[in-house]
Amino acid sequence: MSSASNDRVVVLAGGLSPERDVSIRSGRRVADALRSAGVDTAVLDVDAGLLAALADHRPACVVPLLHGAVGEDGAIRDVLVALGLPVVGSGPAACRRAFDKPIASSLVATAGVVVPESMALPHTTFRELGAGAVLDAVVERLGLPLMVKPTRGGSSLGATVVRTAADLPAAMVAAFAYGDIALVERFVTGTEVAVSVVDDAGGPRALPVVEVVPDGGFYDYGARYTAGATEFFTPARLRGEVLASCAEVAVAVHRTLGLRDWSRSDLIVDAEGTPWFLEVNVAPGMTETSTYPQAVLAAGLDLGALTASLVDRAITRS
Amino acid sequence: MEPTQQPGAGTRLDPWVDSYAARTRGLTASQVRALFAVASRPEVVSLAGGMPFVSALPLDAIADTVARLVRDRGAVALQYGSGQGDVRLREQILEVMAPVGVMAHPDDIVVTAGSQMALDLVVRVFCDPGDVVLVEAPTYVTALGVFSSYQCEVVHVAMDDEGLRPDALREAIATTRAAGRTVKLVYTIPSFHNPGGVCQGPMRRAEVLDVVRSAGLLLLEDDPYGLLGFDGSVPRAIRADESEGVVYLGTFSKTIAAGLRVGWAVAPHGVREKLVLANETATLCPSNLTQLTISEYLATQPWFEQVKVFREVYRERRDALLESLGALMPAGTRWSVPAGGFYSWVTLPDGLDATAMLPRAVAALVAYVPGTGFFADGQGRQSLRLSYCYPEPERIREGVRRLAGVIETELEVATTFGSPTARAERPSASAPYTDLA
Repeated sequence: MSSASNDRVVVLAGGLSPERDVSIRSGRRVADALRSAGVDTAVLDVDAGLLAALADHRPACVVPLLHGAVGEDGAIRDVLVALGLPVVGSGPAACRRAFDKPIASSLVATAGVVVPESMALPHTTFRELGAGAVLDAVVERLGLPLMVKPTRGGSSLGATVVRTAADLPAAMVAAFAYGDIALVERFVTGTEVAVSVVDDAGGPRALPVVEVVPDGGFYDYGARYTAGATEFFTPARLRGEVLASCAEVAVAVHRTLGLRDWSRSDLIVDAEGTPWFLEVNVAPGMTETSTYPQAVLAAGLDLGALTASLVDRAITRS
Repeated sequence: MEPTQQPGAGTRLDPWVDSYAARTRGLTASQVRALFAVASRPEVVSLAGGMPFVSALPLDAIADTVARLVRDRGAVALQYGSGQGDVRLREQILEVMAPVGVMAHPDDIVVTAGSQMALDLVVRVFCDPGDVVLVEAPTYVTALGVFSSYQCEVVHVAMDDEGLRPDALREAIATTRAAGRTVKLVYTIPSFHNPGGVCQGPMRRAEVLDVVRSAGLLLLEDDPYGLLGFDGSVPRAIRADESEGVVYLGTFSKTIAAGLRVGWAVAPHGVREKLVLANETATLCPSNLTQLTISEYLATQPWFEQVKVFREVYRERRDALLESLGALMPAGTRWSVPAGGFYSWVTLPDGLDATAMLPRAVAALVAYVPGTGFFADGQGRQSLRLSYCYPEPERIREGVRRLAGVIETELEVATTFGSPTARAERPSASAPYTDLA
């Protein structure tokens, strides 16, 4: 049994983000899993009382399961590191690289990962140059269909598939409701998969690839978090060499961005079997309908034992 | 139950996914609900929920009442009771309804777990799948949930600044019947409407009643806010002038405490018998503990003086809301001026969408309920409901300040990209959009 079993671990969940509810559910599930693995675990929210609570608890390790900017842009991890607390997951700088989709895409592309062509456009660009002209240029350059989403965010919040030019303005408005910069990328048709990665003694390794088939065709918020609204196949229904390729891509993303402990890459595999990188998540969802726990189960692992091993690694390296 | 999976077999992570009733089809996780999880944080000024200001209650007196009740009458208070509700409480409810003019016999009353349960039971007793319920445009969000759960079709009827329009109601009845559909109920919230904030005057109530009588329909009158008029006057209930054709719903949630979950229905004999049986099927009986708590409270506390305290609490908050709306809202924003109750209905400047705007609002630490929640047919995108009952006046002013900033930003986005409302509004053949401001 790990040394963490005798010390308190704090899971951070909640925060002030549109994904608060998802984070709370993720945090509770991981905390329950840790307790089942014999680890004394508390769950804390991120609020004005957090630092005092951490001083009281003086945990052996912190496991942030905050989704959205509050947990994934590196800021909270900077604070935890400053407090001298061991933290499961990627470091602050790696989080910043991963959370900004255009930056993450450009970095992984240099490592040979295939990414959709895209444009990152602040709202001010449309205001200054005229929305119509800019949108015409976007369609001219990227064609249709397109995927429009906030550059920073998750759970498909603010994301829209655009199939006609007339729908593009509304999609931009929806994306800007969640942030000041919108990412417009060429839509890739294919099989949607989630590839979970975990660090162990041998380095990062991919868990079984999960194929995602939402009933409505788009893996939006409702499809992600309503049980029954999406069908999952683990392993994905792809040829063996394609599955291996997906795993390689996810591990390459994890290494290239300097991620640590766990991550989840979302990919689309086209008809030729090429995995296209969409985005990576440094605090993967752990809800009842999330793909990371499904991959853990398919790998024959236990979520509590896996998380406890990451806690041990975080304590050892601190 | 962990999902089981064989190689090549898919899973939906829910072994019962193919077993659910058809009526559950719309029950999905939503982005809007997710945003309300953030609204519960203290940093956010929530002008969303209609939570009564229970801190204004004499909590020590209530604590003593409950303690005394359990100590002296625990064998009754903690036991099953009558499916129709405690007799003494039903007698006291007659006194509580006296200001709104409802005269009845205790046997006409069915006590329920909140008036929400009474509403549910009435619909359960009357409506078959496909039956039409005529409701105001907009209407109480959770009533829509009840109608949906019984697979009713909802038809919205226009309101104006005096509430439900009799001409629109007459037309809706005729149109619905001409299409071969069965209208079962007309549902109205005549006093200090949720979410509209408007109030039907005496003449309007008489006209509405006349339309319903002429059509041979049952009127379901929901009256949670009738005693909370800020000028001290109490609107006369429609039920006061019609006993056979109206089922009246009342509640102690706003005049005493929502957490006690005690409401009631006043219904004509035949309806009442069925409601009692349905009540017994649903809950066996309403809670004796909370019924007796309320009964003791009514008997020993100056309950109507407490209602006056609540009126003043909510009036002060209403004033804070209206003053700050007037001072801060961008041009083109309109709002209803409530004379009582908890809510104001706000219509955004042309081109704005309250649902699309909500993420930006929550990021700015203010919350409201988008107007689409109060319609069954997709209307209401340009509107939202503001609730002033719970936050302190200064917080209300701060919330309106934040909201004004959000609207300004949204106007800028709309100017840049064109009108999202014009793109997103679905055409409705049933009821015209209602501007209550």
